[in-house]
Amino acid sequence: MDLFEYQGKQYFARFGIPVSAGGVADDVDTAVKVADDVGYPVVVKAQVQVGGRGKAGGIKLANDPDEVRTHAGNILGMDIRGHVVRRLWIEHASDIDEEYYASFTLDRSAKKHLGMLSAEGGVEIETVAEENPGAIARIHVDPAEGLTEEAARRWVEAAKLNPKATDGAVDILMKLYEAYTAGDCDLTEINPLILTPDGRVHALDAKVTLDDNAAFRHPDWEEFAGLAQLDAREALAKEKGLQYVGLSGDVGIIANGAGLAMSTCDVVNQVGGAPANFLDIGGGASAEVMANALEVINSDEAVKSIFINIFGGITRGEEVANGIVQALGRVQIDAPIVIRLDGTNAEEGRAILEPHLSDRLRSKPTMLEAAREAVALAEGTTGGAA
Amino acid sequence: MSIFVNKATKVLIQGFSPNSQGGFHGLRNKAYGTQVVGGVNPNRAGQEIEGVPVFASVAEAVEATGADASFVAVPPSGAPGAILEAAAAGVPFIVCITEGIPAHDEAKTYNTLLRDFPGSRLLGPNCPGIITPGECNIGITPGEIALGGGPVGIVSRSGTLTYQALNELKLKDIGVTTCVGIGGDPVPGTSFIDCLEAFQNDPETKAVAMFGEIGGSAEEEAAEFIATKMDKPVAAYVAGVTAPPGKKMGHAGAIISGSKGTAQAKMDALREAGVQVGLNPTEVGELIADIVATF
Repeated sequence: MDLFEYQGKQYFARFGIPVSAGGVADDVDTAVKVADDVGYPVVVKAQVQVGGRGKAGGIKLANDPDEVRTHAGNILGMDIRGHVVRRLWIEHASDIDEEYYASFTLDRSAKKHLGMLSAEGGVEIETVAEENPGAIARIHVDPAEGLTEEAARRWVEAAKLNPKATDGAVDILMKLYEAYTAGDCDLTEINPLILTPDGRVHALDAKVTLDDNAAFRHPDWEEFAGLAQLDAREALAKEKGLQYVGLSGDVGIIANGAGLAMSTCDVVNQVGGAPANFLDIGGGASAEVMANALEVINSDEAVKSIFINIFGGITRGEEVANGIVQALGRVQIDAPIVIRLDGTNAEEGRAILEPHLSDRLRSKPTMLEAAREAVALAEGTTGGAA
Repeated sequence: MSIFVNKATKVLIQGFSPNSQGGFHGLRNKAYGTQVVGGVNPNRAGQEIEGVPVFASVAEAVEATGADASFVAVPPSGAPGAILEAAAAGVPFIVCITEGIPAHDEAKTYNTLLRDFPGSRLLGPNCPGIITPGECNIGITPGEIALGGGPVGIVSRSGTLTYQALNELKLKDIGVTTCVGIGGDPVPGTSFIDCLEAFQNDPETKAVAMFGEIGGSAEEEAAEFIATKMDKPVAAYVAGVTAPPGKKMGHAGAIISGSKGTAQAKMDALREAGVQVGLNPTEVGELIADIVATF
C-alpha cells in the first residue's frame, strides 16, 4: 500500500523524523485556515500518488491568504497524469540551502536492506543513477544485524554531504531505518532531504510503501486504507480480498497462482485475444472465493467470455467446481465460461461440473485449447455445443 | 539420481493436525510414498494421526525419528519461528509453503540461517515444494501429475506453473529427475542458481526446464550462471509478457533491480545465455522434447 505524502509525513513524525508543520485540506476555506495556523509563507501541495506534481503545477508557494485561495482553487480538481486532486497538504515553507536524497528498500539480489544517500537530491534519482552513479552512496544492512550509528556515519561521510549536515543526517537516517523496519515498509524515501540555512536537516517530502503482508501486526494501518484511487472493478475485487488488476480486453481471466494467472493472460494474447483482467484467486481458494471472483468479472461490462484456468495444488478441484456452481446459482453470469481444471482432485471437480455443462459453461482439457475457445467466444465466432 | 530429496529422505510435518494445510498435504505426501516420519504440534504431542507420531518440538522429533527434512505449513506469523526451530534442531532441508510472510521477516530469516545455521537449506517460502517423482514429494504438488525417471530437471518460481510444467512433460512422456518450486517471494531461501548448480552436478539430469516470471532480477542472474557455469541444455519460459507494470516500488526499487524486470528483458537475457525460450508453457514442453530427442 502506497501512502500519500501527508500520510507519509505523519508516519515519519511518529519516529521523530523532522517534517514541516502542516495540515490537510479538501476545500479552499480549509486550506486558508490551515495556512493561517502554520504561518506564511506556505506551500500548497496536491496529494496524488504520481510523480511530476511540481512540473504539472500541483505544488505552489503562497505568501498570503489570497494566494492560498488562488492556488488551492486551481489545484483541487486538477488532473495530474490521470490522477484527480481531491486533497491538499499545506505546510510552512522551508528555507533551503541544499537538497539531498535518502531511502531504504529491500535489495532482492543481495537479500539485504539497501540504503541509498545522495548529495544530489530534489531531482529524479533514476537520472542521478544513470548520469552520475558515483553520486549515490549505498549501504547494505543485514536484517539480522541492523544499522549501527557508526555505519550510518561512515555512510553519510561517503555521500559527501555538507559537513554541517552530518550529525542531522545520521540522526534522520537512524530514524528512517527504524521507520522502515518497525513499520514493515517496502520503501521509505525522502526526496528532498534538505539542509536549512540554520543547519537543520529536515524531510521535505515523504514516500512510504507498506508491505500488505505485514498488515496483520499493524492494526493502525486501517487509517491509511480507503483513500487509494481504484477503479470500480478493482475496488470490488479488493473488498472481496482478490488479487485483481484491470486490463483493457474482453476475455475475463480467473486463475490460481500469480504465475499461472499471468501465463493465462499471455496465452490469451498469443491466440489473438485480449485479457480483460488479471485475477489470482490464490492458493487454497474455496467455493466462496471462486463465486466472488466470478461476481467481480461479471461486473465488468467489457467482458464477453470468461476463462477459468485452475491447476490445483493447494486449491482443490471440487472446491473450484462447487464455487462455479454456487456462483451460477447466485448471480446471473452474462458471459459464457470456459474452464480448464487440472491437478488436485480435478476429476472430482469435473464430475461436479459435468451435469452443468452447456453452451454457457464449457470444459476444455488444455490451457491452449481453453484459451482458443474463450477467445473465439469473445469474438462471437463460435456458437456450437460444448 | 535427483537433487535435494530422494527415497531415503525422512520428513517431518510442522503445524501437523488433521484439518490443517500441513495435515492435508503432509498426509497426501505420505500416501504418495514419501517417508513422513513424524509431525510437530505442541498441542497434540504424544498422539498419532493416521499412523504418524506427533511430537512437541522439532528437536524431539529429530531425536526420535532421524528426520532430515521438514515441511513447514504454518501461518505467516509463526512461519519464520518454525523455520528457525527446524534449523536449530539440525534439519538440513526445510520446505516452507506459507504464503504472505512479510518481506522483512523473510530477509531476516534468510540472513539468520546464513549466519547461524549454514548447514540448513530453506526452500520457499510461498512455494509448492519439491518432488523427486516416485521417491519423495514434500509440499503441495499433486504427485500424480509427475512422471519420474529423468532426464529433465524442472525449476520454477511460480507454484501453479510448476504443475503446468510437470504436466506438459508428462503429456509428452518425458520423465523428471526432480522438480523444484522455489517460490516467487522477494527473498527465497533457494534460488534458481542453487537449483541449476545442483542439476548441473546431477549425473541423471541431462536438461533443465526453467519457469520464471516478471519482477526482480533472478532470471537475469540465472542467465549469467547458465552462460558461464552450465553445459547442460536449458529451455525456459517467463510469465507476464502481457502483464501491466506491477506494484510500483518507487524510484529506489527500479534502480536496484539492475533490470527493467520485464518478461522481455528476462527472455532476452536468457536467449543471450544460449537458453531456448518458449512463449508459453506448452512451447517449453516442445523445446524440451526436441532436446531429449537428441540424447
